[in-house]
Amino acid sequence: MRAVQILVDGFAISSLYALAAVGFTLIFGVSGVLNLAHGGIMVVAALVGWLAAGELGLGTYAGTLVGVVAGLITAYATYLIVVRPIQRSRAIRPEETEIFVLTGTLLWGIMIQVGMAYLFTDNPVTIRPLIAGVVNIFGVRTPANEIMIAALSWAAIGLLWLLVNRTRTGKALLGASMNARAVTLLGYELSQLYLVAWTIYGVLAGIAGVLLASFLGVSTTNAGQLTASAFSIVVLGGLGSVSGSLIAAYIVGYLETATAYLIAPTLRPIPSLILLVLVVYVRPQGLLGRR
Amino acid sequence: MQRRLSEARLWLFGCAALAIGLSPLAAAAQNAEPIRIGVIGEESSVAGASLTKAAAMAAEEINAHGGVNGRQIEVITYDDHSSAADAVRAFQRAVSQDKVVAVIASYISEVVLAIEPWSARLHMPFITPGAASNLISKAVHDDYDHFKYTFHGWLTSAFIAQAICDYAKEQLVGPFHLKTAVVMSEDAAWTKPLDEHYLECLPQAGLKVLDHIRFNPDTADFTPIFHQIEDQHPDVIITGISHVGVQPTVQWHDQQVPIPMVGQSSQATTSTFWKDTNGAAEGVITDTAAAADVALTPSTIPFTQTYVKKYGVTPAYDGYTSYDMVNVIAEAIERAGGSTDPDKLVTALEATDHVGTIGREQFYGRDNQFTHALKYGPGLVTTVAIQWQNGKQMCVWPPDKANAKISFPSFIKLHASAE
Repeated sequence: MRAVQILVDGFAISSLYALAAVGFTLIFGVSGVLNLAHGGIMVVAALVGWLAAGELGLGTYAGTLVGVVAGLITAYATYLIVVRPIQRSRAIRPEETEIFVLTGTLLWGIMIQVGMAYLFTDNPVTIRPLIAGVVNIFGVRTPANEIMIAALSWAAIGLLWLLVNRTRTGKALLGASMNARAVTLLGYELSQLYLVAWTIYGVLAGIAGVLLASFLGVSTTNAGQLTASAFSIVVLGGLGSVSGSLIAAYIVGYLETATAYLIAPTLRPIPSLILLVLVVYVRPQGLLGRR
Repeated sequence: MQRRLSEARLWLFGCAALAIGLSPLAAAAQNAEPIRIGVIGEESSVAGASLTKAAAMAAEEINAHGGVNGRQIEVITYDDHSSAADAVRAFQRAVSQDKVVAVIASYISEVVLAIEPWSARLHMPFITPGAASNLISKAVHDDYDHFKYTFHGWLTSAFIAQAICDYAKEQLVGPFHLKTAVVMSEDAAWTKPLDEHYLECLPQAGLKVLDHIRFNPDTADFTPIFHQIEDQHPDVIITGISHVGVQPTVQWHDQQVPIPMVGQSSQATTSTFWKDTNGAAEGVITDTAAAADVALTPSTIPFTQTYVKKYGVTPAYDGYTSYDMVNVIAEAIERAGGSTDPDKLVTALEATDHVGTIGREQFYGRDNQFTHALKYGPGLVTTVAIQWQNGKQMCVWPPDKANAKISFPSFIKLHASAE
């Protein structure tokens, strides 16, 4: 009984972690950016989605869409205001660009968090479940919404896979993550590819944000934690590897759930942090890492 | 020549007249030196923002009625961003730079406990309108000469737990035949004494405590916790939550956990909670300072209405107490003959007997283990229990103030222990 509970509960949270982590690793893989404003983007999507659905009276579905769009806009803002200017700046030495981008996104993430807290307070908000009610899975009473979230997460990841592996743009993105120079030699505009990458990222992060609000609730104080969580998963899976992140998300999700059930809810975040340290010690490139 | 002389005389007369005319103004300007009160809140938190707004409102009203001994009250607000370090810095600034005569600060026990030693070192009277930890007043009892400047303008955790036990005994155990409970609290400074007292007083109220769960305040996923609780089939979940509120409540509702949630849920005391949870708050019962439509005292409803008109939301529980504490300080200064000397102010504060918005406020003395905490009991401050019903906070306890009957959502199955 407990084992079934862990299996069912762990699945939904792991799917959400996977969705969030996949976007994070994609941006790193393609453009080399470790976006520390990741949690902030998800939080914006969640808060705006809640506002649109409730206060502005748009209802759950339209509100959710508005939230995703807000996430996308924030991702664009991150790229166009913070990341690209730093990458193109002549005042910064090429070998130091990544550090500056990292710091820039970190500060930008904090600005988002504090700005949102000013506008919305740090009270968590939730978006009404897309499907109400509970279902019984092998004797475990589960909200129908959880199943929907897992399904939506996988649908998004599936679409991403199709995009990357079956379309020209997608393959160009994959190529850019392996060797950016070579891709330009093939005639692709790198700047356009980056825009495509950030668009995909913005949509994924936006969806992850609104789904999280619907499932667990989101507040501005979650921003840092969400980034850290995505970061750990992506390092475990291997920076730049999408399939690695997927596997790692499930490992971390289940580890946390099992800890909460079997050891103590208080100690929930600990095992994944220990695992992260072990990975960096034993296999720094992660499970399926390339870079 | 003569004209110049008369001009000179005119000038002389003019200046003399001006000097005589202005001198009372000069004297008045000396007396009109405002009384500054520092108020440290947390602007990005619903409860923390409420306490600064309510204090500002209290000062405006006192000034409109002539101030204190002819002097106006000036409230200087600071935002500590829910950080103890920032709060201490704000406190130091309030004392040494802004020259306040008293400080009202915070609803977070960790922050208040950090400020308390500074209030002692700097001899600055300091009241918290919302924190709950027993340690705040216990420190005053154990080392009075050092810590006497600190006052606890809200109930200690022990009394909050007692209020909840009293409520559970009268309204739940009897009418609903409840026998067992599980205590579920966030792991924070204020819940340690709360839980200790719960474990003592719940059995006395007729509820056997089956389990005691303390969870990390950063928890986002409460599913394992609710499953763990449900596996033990208690009749009621007794809560101690303040840092969290929206998430456990929404998940309780979405997962249709068939056990009622009763106790202290600070976020559920605010009017925005219904919107934040999209109505999942239906049926949640929490202890709070005052309820919107309940006239605990003649000033409860007028205060609430003025606050809503001015700020658009109802005050959080510490809005009521913050408003009252500004008035308490003003009265203490008057009692001390207009003096704002710290030691005189402390003596005057100890003599407080003020009918505020939440009840009759008096502080315990040195003979009680909770020196300088608000006195709890009938005729003084008892708090009220409210239940969210159809988007409104309805008062369900004490019986003489109740304006609704308890009603649980359909997914709640009572008598779980009988199954």
